[in-house]
Amino acid sequence: MKLKRDNFTLLSVLTLIIFTAPIILGYLWLFISTFSERTYGLKPVDVDGNLGGFTLKNWAFLAEPDIWLITLNTFLLATFLTMGVLLISSLAGYALSRVNFRGRKTFLSMTLILHAFPSVTLLIAIYFVLRFISDIPLLGALFGYNTIGGVVLISIALQLPLGIWLMKGFFDGVSWDLERAALIDGCSRWRCWWQIMVPQIKPGLAALSIFSFMTGWSSFLIPYTFLTKGNKAVLSTYLNAMMSSDTVSIQYGILAAIGLFQLIPILLFYSFTQKYLMKIFSGGSHGGV
Amino acid sequence: MEKEKRNLTGLWFMLPAIILVIVFFFIPVIMTIGISLTDMSSVTGFSAWKWVGFKNYIKIAQHPDSITNFIATLKYVSITLIFFNVGLGLLIAIATNHLKNSIGGFFRAAWLLPRITPPVVYVLMWSMLAADAPYGVINQLFRIPFGLSTTNWVPEYAFLFIVLVNGYIGASFGMIIFSSAIESIPKDIMISSLVDGASYSQRIRHIIIPQLRWPLLFVVTYQTLSLLTSFEYIMILTDGNFSTEVWSLWSYHKALNNYWGNFQYGFGAALAAVLVVVGTLLGIIYMKYFRFDALVQEPKIDEL
Repeated sequence: MKLKRDNFTLLSVLTLIIFTAPIILGYLWLFISTFSERTYGLKPVDVDGNLGGFTLKNWAFLAEPDIWLITLNTFLLATFLTMGVLLISSLAGYALSRVNFRGRKTFLSMTLILHAFPSVTLLIAIYFVLRFISDIPLLGALFGYNTIGGVVLISIALQLPLGIWLMKGFFDGVSWDLERAALIDGCSRWRCWWQIMVPQIKPGLAALSIFSFMTGWSSFLIPYTFLTKGNKAVLSTYLNAMMSSDTVSIQYGILAAIGLFQLIPILLFYSFTQKYLMKIFSGGSHGGV
Repeated sequence: MEKEKRNLTGLWFMLPAIILVIVFFFIPVIMTIGISLTDMSSVTGFSAWKWVGFKNYIKIAQHPDSITNFIATLKYVSITLIFFNVGLGLLIAIATNHLKNSIGGFFRAAWLLPRITPPVVYVLMWSMLAADAPYGVINQLFRIPFGLSTTNWVPEYAFLFIVLVNGYIGASFGMIIFSSAIESIPKDIMISSLVDGASYSQRIRHIIIPQLRWPLLFVVTYQTLSLLTSFEYIMILTDGNFSTEVWSLWSYHKALNNYWGNFQYGFGAALAAVLVVVGTLLGIIYMKYFRFDALVQEPKIDEL
């Protein structure tokens, strides 16, 4: 595609290149140093500091059984988070969009306030809630302090305001006639939800599930705070522990390799679903900035 | 009767969400305030604590770190907000909008990368950009070739880097909101302004910016709140060292995570409670002024 040649176009391209540089450089560094003995800036070098030093040994961590356990944990966290968010928000979103029950407006404005509410400030109190759940027999073993279940439950809760809001929006877009016809034919609200409505919002469900999976797969703060064997819990905490360890001299190649290992699924998802995700992010991503 | 049943159906659909919201939002808000009125810490444990009234809040007022951390927070929030979340977001939105779609689209896609990259990996990238010579990318590419002195950037310019790390994520939010606002300006107006002889910069000033007043306000409100309370990236990058201990991180450190293992739940909760109050107020304002009109539409289905 050809660009117009005028000063303003040139200026735009230049501005974008300059400001985007840190992102590009950061990514380049990650890819290069993954396969290098060490790097000077972006230049891969061998032990003596000469250009070269291509190696695969940074990936040796894949041979340790630990990493697969950690990966499994991360995967479970992301998967259960996704399932929970999908189920609960599509139920609530449907009711808020289609059922005229008392308190509907209250719930709607509450969802919006919670959506803007900075949930990280509640971590201290949530710690106490988890401690309390731990003391309940059975439930405590599943969802208490220091369990993946507990971390999943908190993550679901914090994701809900966004999820409900999105699902409500998608249900709002489904034609009334379809549902009305089903209801007149004697379909119950539950069957109507499951058999008529849910299939209509598949794109929305897909977008929300990808977003939730990525959030769970990347999440750091909640597992770090509520899982005591923190450093070996999930990929994020494992990498963080290696980054901040004072004792072992840090080998950046290995850090980069682990980072890339965690990043690959995210990049794959992103390349296929960029358009959907843009929509979700503008709906207001929560947490982070 | 019919209405009764409808109310019940609605509540059944809402039930799982209601339970989670109560357990992980409502109870924690009340508990945060409650704990902030006690002297609970790892010394008192969970049983030997007692109510102390507003002592923790008085302690905040007298604490030597309060002013420092407050100013750090204020600086961090305002600088990141103005220069990155709004300024840079707007700049990228205008620039990518001016370019043809494919190139603009490439840059927009690149700008979402910081947001989707796992936080720890993202911070790892930044700390390698900033690392000491000979490893760091900044030193290798922009200092050594020009014969300039090298340095270990993060400790040296810690504040700048927490702004950069968070700003590069925040900018994409503004970028998306502003981009879609610019795209919704009718094409005729955009073209006719140029036909009438306006320059590109005049078009930005007189056509694009006035259209963005509402999105600008939205981004400012929304991002103030998230910047005020997000500390995850700062914690990974500097852990509050080099005077980057913002208020929310301070609270987290005091109550849940510090080297000495002396967790002051009461004091930490008081610090958090300040943010909870600010957050609730801003949240209510946010709800009042944005999008509420969109909610008022009633479900038509129930009048069959």
